[in-house]
Amino acid sequence: MRALDSDLVYNFRRSPIAIISTLIVVICVGAAALAPLIAPYNPFDLASLNLMDSMIPPAFLPDGTAAHLLGTDNQGRDLVSAMMYGGRISLIIGLSAVVFATIVGILVGLTAGYAGGAVDAVLMRIADVQLTFPAILIALLVSGVVGVALPPSLHEKLEVYVLIFAIGISRWPQFARTVRSSTMVERGRDYVLAARVIGLSGPRIVLTHILPNAWGPVVVIATINIGGSILDEATLSFLGVGLPATQPSLGTLIRIGNDYLYSGEWWITIFPGVALAALVLSINLLGDWLRDAVNPRLR
Amino acid sequence: MADVLEAVKVSRSFDVSKPWLQRMLSRSGRRSLRAVDEVSFSIPKGTTLSLVGESGCGKSTVARLAVGLYPPSSGDIRFEGQSLSSARAQPALRRRMNMIFQDPYASLNPRWRVQDIVAEPLRAFGMLRGSAVGDRVGQLLSQVGLSPADGAKYPHEFSGGQRQRISIARALSSEPDFLVCDEPTSALDVSVQAQILNLMRELQTRLGLTYLFISHNLSVIRHMSDRLGVMYLGRIVEHGPAEAIFTEPRHPYTRLLLDAIPDLDAAGGVGRVRAGVGGEVPSPIAPPPGCTFHPRCPLANDRCRVERPDYTQAGPVEVACHAVEEGRG
Amino acid sequence: MSALLDVQDLSVDFPTRRGRLHALDRVSLSIQPGEILGVVGESGAGKSLTGAAIIGLLEPPGVIVGGQVSLEGRRIDKLPPEQMRRIRGRQIGAVFQDPLTTLNPLYTVGRQLVETMQTHLGLSDRDAKARAVQWLVDVGIPGAAERVDAYPHEFSGGMRQRVVIALALCAEPKLVIADEPTTALDVSIQAQVIALLRRLAREHGTAVLLVTHDMGVIAETCDRVAVMYAGRVIEVGSVAAVVHRPSHPYTEGLMASIPALRARVDRLAQIDGAMPRLNAIPPGCAYNPRCPKVFERCRHDRPNLMPAKETQAACWLYAEGAVHG
Repeated sequence: MRALDSDLVYNFRRSPIAIISTLIVVICVGAAALAPLIAPYNPFDLASLNLMDSMIPPAFLPDGTAAHLLGTDNQGRDLVSAMMYGGRISLIIGLSAVVFATIVGILVGLTAGYAGGAVDAVLMRIADVQLTFPAILIALLVSGVVGVALPPSLHEKLEVYVLIFAIGISRWPQFARTVRSSTMVERGRDYVLAARVIGLSGPRIVLTHILPNAWGPVVVIATINIGGSILDEATLSFLGVGLPATQPSLGTLIRIGNDYLYSGEWWITIFPGVALAALVLSINLLGDWLRDAVNPRLR
Repeated sequence: MADVLEAVKVSRSFDVSKPWLQRMLSRSGRRSLRAVDEVSFSIPKGTTLSLVGESGCGKSTVARLAVGLYPPSSGDIRFEGQSLSSARAQPALRRRMNMIFQDPYASLNPRWRVQDIVAEPLRAFGMLRGSAVGDRVGQLLSQVGLSPADGAKYPHEFSGGQRQRISIARALSSEPDFLVCDEPTSALDVSVQAQILNLMRELQTRLGLTYLFISHNLSVIRHMSDRLGVMYLGRIVEHGPAEAIFTEPRHPYTRLLLDAIPDLDAAGGVGRVRAGVGGEVPSPIAPPPGCTFHPRCPLANDRCRVERPDYTQAGPVEVACHAVEEGRG
Repeated sequence: MSALLDVQDLSVDFPTRRGRLHALDRVSLSIQPGEILGVVGESGAGKSLTGAAIIGLLEPPGVIVGGQVSLEGRRIDKLPPEQMRRIRGRQIGAVFQDPLTTLNPLYTVGRQLVETMQTHLGLSDRDAKARAVQWLVDVGIPGAAERVDAYPHEFSGGMRQRVVIALALCAEPKLVIADEPTTALDVSIQAQVIALLRRLAREHGTAVLLVTHDMGVIAETCDRVAVMYAGRVIEVGSVAAVVHRPSHPYTEGLMASIPALRARVDRLAQIDGAMPRLNAIPPGCAYNPRCPKVFERCRHDRPNLMPAKETQAACWLYAEGAVHG
């Protein structure tokens, strides 16, 4: 394990893409995490908003002001601050959805892979059926159904959890399939037989022997899925089934800005868009690098 | 001497059918493979019974049946007179048998430290607690020729031979009486193989162990065995004291095997003229009728093609062969 | 008679970030036309690597860092890949452990034989087809006339290896490199395949470099044998001398540790310890920490092959003026 880690570090140091991607991710995550401390304004503080400040262009344009580096949106929110807070929400939803999908996927994958037979067949057919629908469609469906089922008063409060659930549930089959196939490989290994010879129970073997060895590919898939989940959230918010304008994520900001794109106020949509693209691209590049770095066949 | 393990007409079939859905669509039935076919043997305490045969002969399935990894499809395996199916239910009896595997790179969990690997049976059976576990692990590692300090390392830090020693230490940790050794040296180099074989014999003498030893290597078998069973397509075709079989092989398949071993004595001489036995092992899914060896057998006649041979006593050895029974061998 | 294949001081390194590993260290071998040379050693000794380096199929990051390989007096270790590929088909055939790495699953075995012969021998379609059938007969495939149109997956493991042998020999190369050709096969099939390889090599006057860990196979098949240890050739000699009267203490230990089929002993002779990993090869003779006859010189001077009893051995016991022999 220690050797693998140091190999990773070595690989990392020699990959400019990995280094630059990490840098961007760290900046984005840092800005998002520390938003309450370092953001110039609090975009949620309605009292501080002034409609007179709305639609101020970025500082480098003729009408811009140094007080709002990237300008303001239609409600007078400082765009830098809104993006920091928006990125925070995007990242929380993206990460939580992946954690959710990972947990569901690992449980299903371990069960299917170790039990085999009918259990495996049923679980995997469910996964197959779900994989035939685009993830975004499932997320749309889930968030639509939940939206109707819940009383409107709860919407704003629960919207974040609904999104996490909707995106997470649309992504678990990938994890389940990967974990299942590594479980099936490990299940036949002699060290698992050795544990069975002394009579250890199935769940104990799965948790102490198989899971630690099936773990590697999950980390890679999880990384790649974070980017996708953030995009899913942005898409849902852009389509208007995501977060409300009072709680803007990067996707919500893009949607709001989209209305003004053709009237000349391009910055409201372009800056959050660029931030979103940079973040997702970096995460995906990092995921690709990780996949190659831990795959012994490509080394 | 009392028998530690006894197998009585043990058979084991495996379902090799296609998945349910495909079977329904193509309207084909279930197919099964009879990996082990009415195998009987007994192993007296403190001795080694070896099973030899080529791939697909069912010897590894017998190994797994003997430690209860599979239940037999029919027949019975008894551990000190008690049926294994009930014995497996009792940890007190399960503790007394263990297994050593072929591939030392696959039989140790790569994410576990050696001390945890060796201590796993101790913990599983609740035999020791706390610091006593560490002491016992150190003692076990010394017993197999490693240092107690090696316990803190991971398996990848060891060579193949050392890993097999770790495997043996794990197998011995619950103080078993009976060990199943499934090709324990076939993944090792010869000089290391000698170390492991010597160690296993030393431990047998010192601890009074009983072995079921599985191998395809006849030289290793000869070195290790008291009794020997030769397997072909799921059946034991010849069974008796190892020395008797090696000095006078009776079954045509045993003779073929012994003749096929490339021999060191051949060095420099003219290549040995081999008996003209060719052919390959048929698929165990559709074994030939009668004696399953008849398509490759130089002595086969019409009876062999239809009637399955029963065991004939020939000296100290039991042979399943019509030719031997009729005195044609 | 000049050697068909001559390998001089061949060294292969594997650069890793923890330093260069010397996987082959000044290996020298030669094979006469029609001779079968065995290369034997434990896993990691460098025997397969030697075969791969000779035919230019080193897996990266392995690189040849010294020495030379000559085939019929012509250097082939520095040839461009395209020329090397032509030599591999025409002048050097190859048989590997897993026949499926050599056979193309999409073509019938007949087509593969025909294409190989047409590329290298320029035969007409009819001649090539007839010869392909004849080759399958020669390697003992029953019903060769029909089986020539079968695909590799329709053959059993032993039969596939026979097809590979036919494929390796059909372009009539002068040398065949066989790397563990029988290791994946069952005991009773091994003997058949070994006998076949030996017979065909003799009939066609093909030289064979047979890489294996099985001393029994070596003893039955080879004329001469080279023993490798930790990336070096430590003993070379006639097969009878190396097997029965070895000079190098390692070869002695190796032979004694093989359980005999004809008799039973109470305890096998064993060599303690294990072959060093490539990153921890001791100075001097690589075998010195395990050697029962070690003396001072072995610990810091590296021995080269020198005449020793009936063989050549890399061992200071046989140095001129040595008092320890």
